[in-house]
Amino acid sequence: MSHFGLMVLYAFFVSLTFAVLLRDTLREQLKTGGMMLGAFIVVAYVFGWLMYPFPL
Amino acid sequence: MGSKSTTAGKAAAADRQRESAEPGRLAIVCAISWLFPGLGHILLGRWQKGIVFLVALPLMFAVGLLLQGRLFPLDLSDPLVFLGGLANRGIGAPYFVARFMDAGIGDVTKVAYESGNTFLMTAGLLNFLVILDALDIAMGRK
Repeated sequence: MSHFGLMVLYAFFVSLTFAVLLRDTLREQLKTGGMMLGAFIVVAYVFGWLMYPFPL
Repeated sequence: MGSKSTTAGKAAAADRQRESAEPGRLAIVCAISWLFPGLGHILLGRWQKGIVFLVALPLMFAVGLLLQGRLFPLDLSDPLVFLGGLANRGIGAPYFVARFMDAGIGDVTKVAYESGNTFLMTAGLLNFLVILDALDIAMGRK
């Protein structure tokens, strides 16, 4: 699996756990979990591109 | 009127739970939640949450093992390794099963080694949050 795939899988597990912990109804859990997962992926993408011109 | 009676019912249930929040019972809920992620929620009647934790957290831990992550020892001479070891043990029974099966030795030459470590530690840390949530429910705070 690629690093990106692993990151998405990791984000999925973390988002799922937090959404179920923080919200009580299925609808709210899906909304919160989806938003969290999306935020994980977008932030990773943005940081990935920000690091592109500055390789370590 | 319906919502008023629902609110009153919830408050009564919370009161009952608060009254039965004896230290011994709370300790048992925490221990069960630690050993089997989500089982504390199931015992407290939160089936949906409990089943999600019972499946997701051990699965996350298993993915970490498949990625050749390492289960760290409780080595006080290296604080970061010690903290990693604590996080690993947070998952409860799956940790001991993995140790029994000689899994989690870790292969630093594998490309996903660090990802595996992250999965293993995060699964344990998330279970600590699940334990605290179960404790809150048992004390009638939620």
